[in-house]
Amino acid sequence: MEFTDFLWMTCGIFLTLATFSFLYKDNPFYKFAEHLVVGVSAGFFVIILWHNTLVPNLFQKLEDGDWYMLWLNSSEWWYIIPALLGVLMWTRFSKEYSWVSRWPMGLYIGISTGIAIPLEMANRVNKQLHAMMVEIDWANFFGADGFDLLSTTSGLAQLIIFLGTVAGLIYFFFSKEHKGVFGGVAKFGIWILMIGFGASFGYTVMARVSLFINRMQDTKAWGLEAFNANDIANPNYGSQYQIVFWALTLFVVGYIVKEIMQHLKSKNA
Amino acid sequence: MKRQLPFLLVFLFGAFMVFQYYVPHESSEFVYEFLLDWVMIIGIFALALGIWSLYTVSVDKIRHKKENWAYSYVTLIGLFIMVVLGFTYKVGDSWGFYSVFVISLMTLLGFLIQTSVSKDKGLWLGLSGLSLVVALGIAFTDDSWGIAFMTSEGLSNTMFTNFADFVLTPILATMFSLLAFFIASAAYRAFRARNILATLLLIAAIIVMLRFNPYMPFGLPEYMAKTSNWLMNVPNLAAQRAIVIGIGLGIVATSLKVILGIERGYMGKG
Repeated sequence: MEFTDFLWMTCGIFLTLATFSFLYKDNPFYKFAEHLVVGVSAGFFVIILWHNTLVPNLFQKLEDGDWYMLWLNSSEWWYIIPALLGVLMWTRFSKEYSWVSRWPMGLYIGISTGIAIPLEMANRVNKQLHAMMVEIDWANFFGADGFDLLSTTSGLAQLIIFLGTVAGLIYFFFSKEHKGVFGGVAKFGIWILMIGFGASFGYTVMARVSLFINRMQDTKAWGLEAFNANDIANPNYGSQYQIVFWALTLFVVGYIVKEIMQHLKSKNA
Repeated sequence: MKRQLPFLLVFLFGAFMVFQYYVPHESSEFVYEFLLDWVMIIGIFALALGIWSLYTVSVDKIRHKKENWAYSYVTLIGLFIMVVLGFTYKVGDSWGFYSVFVISLMTLLGFLIQTSVSKDKGLWLGLSGLSLVVALGIAFTDDSWGIAFMTSEGLSNTMFTNFADFVLTPILATMFSLLAFFIASAAYRAFRARNILATLLLIAAIIVMLRFNPYMPFGLPEYMAKTSNWLMNVPNLAAQRAIVIGIGLGIVATSLKVILGIERGYMGKG
């Protein structure tokens, strides 16, 4: 690893520590990282959308035209229309003409909602209903390999999935009072939903913990790099690596000591 | 004209897009792809509104010296530096005066903000002009790097990728991992076994969380993994399926309301 790459890595570690410092309290380092990520992510997505969407979908379509002809001599000149409509969106900034922005907005919303209706029905509703309505495997009701209540492919699992989905949908149906048999099914539905929420919650926590482990592993890798203690020795290694490591460490320790002193001072006052 | 035409556009294009989905002809497919391009183009132009809004909010904070105003400079510099890096690329072996170019553009940004917020506009405008001259001078004379708006060389600019890998990714990953701590403390308060539903939720969550714990005795890890797998693939699947179907029906109903003009909130007032 070259020294400039190590400096970039140090920058990442500093920002990691700055963000984690929020666990202690809101502080200038966290605020710095927070404001930086807002700007950098906005800039990042501007560039990604420009290069990956605007250029191929607009500029490349009009590239055989001439700017002084306003691209009207392009073979696909009609792509000027969405560009003009997009520009009309900017009339939002004007108090007098902001109503003009409703035209492109109307077109955008019309197309988007029109696309959404059949696609949502096909991809969410119909596909899920189709997957739900499988024939129950009565022959292997408790699993193919003998009695196994925790089998995910058994007829019992299929039955629970079917009944759980129906009951879950019934729980969300509020046009009829949840009483009697209907209320009982709705109750089963909320049980299934709560188990599902619990499992999803546990899964989310584990995903976040794995991110935390990843940040710690990166920090460890940075420390090893600073002392050339990785499995593969760094041919570019020099004392500057350790200087950077100790500079950041001293900085962090200094901030912690300052906070402790401040805390003790306020306690004694 | 101000309200009727947008509603008409929503209805016509919405109804047309629903209809064309069920027409199995290549011309229908062509129109679909064509209008999808339109939506993407209009959407990107709308992104400029968001960026402008970010800029004006930040400058306004600086101008009125609101709380934490100094950090707005960090946001603006982060935004503009990514935009500059994303449109530039290295040509030769070295970057030449590229760093001076980037710094002069950032100082130009700072001076322009100062021009808009300061009373002494002449001085800051002069300094802005100086920064602009330096930036343009380097851009026109330095051949070791180039500017590309129409080609995607900027995406492979090492400075741009380094900002993404060593600034954006660490902060975002750390922010998400921070949520593990806050979720855990919130869960402690929210999921106490006060009734049967909360207990079901708690047990399911604990089993899934202990799934990868290697320190449990008596072959429990294997049993936990199997139970967790069953929880994720059977009751969780049923719950998620019910929710997904509900969401799908909700989106369809809302879209119909929009197309038919029953839901008009997106038009705003006036």
